[in-house]
Amino acid sequence: MATILVVAEQSNGHLKKATLSALTAAQQVAKNTGANIAGVVIGAGAGQAAQDLAAYGIPVHVVEGAAFEHALAETHSAAAAEVAKKAGAGEVVIAATAYGKDIAPRIAAKLGAGLASDVLAIVGANQFKRAMWAGNAIATVEVTTPMKVVTVRATEFGAAQKGQAAGTVTPAQVSAPQPKTKFVEFNEVKSARPELTEARVVVSGGRGTKGDFKPIEQLADVLNAAVGASRAVVDAGWQPNDLQVGQTGKVVAPQLYVAAGISGAIQHLAGMKGSKTIVAINKDAEAPIFQVADYGLVADLFKALPEMAEAVKKLQ
Amino acid sequence: MKILVTIKRVEDYESKIKVKPDNSWIVTDGVNYRANPFDEIAVEEALRLRDTNMPSEVVVVSVGPAAAAAEIRSGLAMGADRGILVKHDAFVDSDGVARVLKAVIDAEKPDLVLMGKQAVDVDDNVAGQLLAEYLGWGQATFASKKESLESPEEKAKKPGIRLTADKKSAQVAREVDGGLEILEVQLPAIVTVDLRLNVPRYASLPNIMKAKKKPIAEMTPQQLGVDVVPKVKVVKVESPPQRAAGVKVPDVQTLVQKLHSEAKVI
Repeated sequence: MATILVVAEQSNGHLKKATLSALTAAQQVAKNTGANIAGVVIGAGAGQAAQDLAAYGIPVHVVEGAAFEHALAETHSAAAAEVAKKAGAGEVVIAATAYGKDIAPRIAAKLGAGLASDVLAIVGANQFKRAMWAGNAIATVEVTTPMKVVTVRATEFGAAQKGQAAGTVTPAQVSAPQPKTKFVEFNEVKSARPELTEARVVVSGGRGTKGDFKPIEQLADVLNAAVGASRAVVDAGWQPNDLQVGQTGKVVAPQLYVAAGISGAIQHLAGMKGSKTIVAINKDAEAPIFQVADYGLVADLFKALPEMAEAVKKLQ
Repeated sequence: MKILVTIKRVEDYESKIKVKPDNSWIVTDGVNYRANPFDEIAVEEALRLRDTNMPSEVVVVSVGPAAAAAEIRSGLAMGADRGILVKHDAFVDSDGVARVLKAVIDAEKPDLVLMGKQAVDVDDNVAGQLLAEYLGWGQATFASKKESLESPEEKAKKPGIRLTADKKSAQVAREVDGGLEILEVQLPAIVTVDLRLNVPRYASLPNIMKAKKKPIAEMTPQQLGVDVVPKVKVVKVESPPQRAAGVKVPDVQTLVQKLHSEAKVI
């Protein structure tokens, strides 16, 4: 029986949450095909993270050692592909995080596999749904090769449930690659706010802020939200472009998205339409943003946002 | 040094994307096309690297229909030196694009290949990594710019990708989850670029005129010996689920109350 190999993501022994979404996706595939699931954890601290993953009831392979210390695409893809071959895997599943996106194509190339990327839903054994044109269309794609690699959008798959009995953890013997890339350093961005693409709540400002983001930040503080911006704001140099939500910026899908002073250009809508609940606050009652908003408020954001922050505080 | 940059012809993100009634693809009539925005950032970076490491050459390559010559011209108008168009009318998946580019690179032998991290049509984010593996090269994906104390004027001109003193490697700051990772990658290498790396220049009128005289070589995947039958086929294209029409609320108190008790998100 074929095996589905879940490639985990971890840092210093800490299993990343997105891995549990990849496991859920693998379980959905297994339900259709009857395949077994196994995991592989690679890098410094992999042994610790492997124990955590094995608690979900799957056997887990561990690749550790100096050659795999840093998450280099060359070394980690080589290890994952070798483990996949040895385990007789017919499919490899990875969360579509920066790590997953970096290594998955190289795994696919090594295995001669077709790759379905950033998958939103499992349709069947070979078919997957994924967003194209920044979510303006949903495509069903078919992987025609016998071997498949799939990266999944973590926000679309819930976290897997722990198994009744823990799986085994075994060290995998893989050849040490000679990478052409060297890790130099990691500069952590320290922000008191959650990351834009992972936040449960996002408060975004547009041209209507006239560059004054204080009301946006005040509300974001109260809601423990990430701050976003429209392209107009970034182009004007009012905010750095890593805050840009939209087709050429970040695509977000939080539980609550508050768009303040944003007119709602297609470019911007493409980056936030997947949010569960959308609130639009804009002085212009005709702004297109109101067509996608669950709750619209025609108001001046400089009055409405501080008032909203106060009202939310009272609820807490 | 020789720098190769890829440019894809994509639907303009300001155009309205509509799905065809037979769900085979999107409606392309009346849609405007342009160069993939991430690829423009790659071209800008290539030009900065060229201009600070003379003598150098920037070659722009596109895989696509004959009309993609327009996007190559836009790269030439920004300042690239020459173009290569690998013509193919039908859909080519990312794996096919990577294998076509490998054949071009085997012939051109560039020192560095710069690509947008993804094309904003299929939003795949895989071709650069596949290409690196097929070539057996190192890769640095999602190139960003390491913040420094330079003036905005300097930042506007300097490349974010730094060549080492011996010019045999490049240091790249990568935008990854939770921060910036700095990698040093041996050349030749593949670097895919993210939004923060630079702000692409506009082509000046004299440069647009000059670009008309720059050469574009044309070839086909067949001539390169590459079979572009896709490994991943698009079998159906649908509209995304439409959002139900929302309600207008009269004031902030009502809004907060509905978010709390109706939507249950705060």
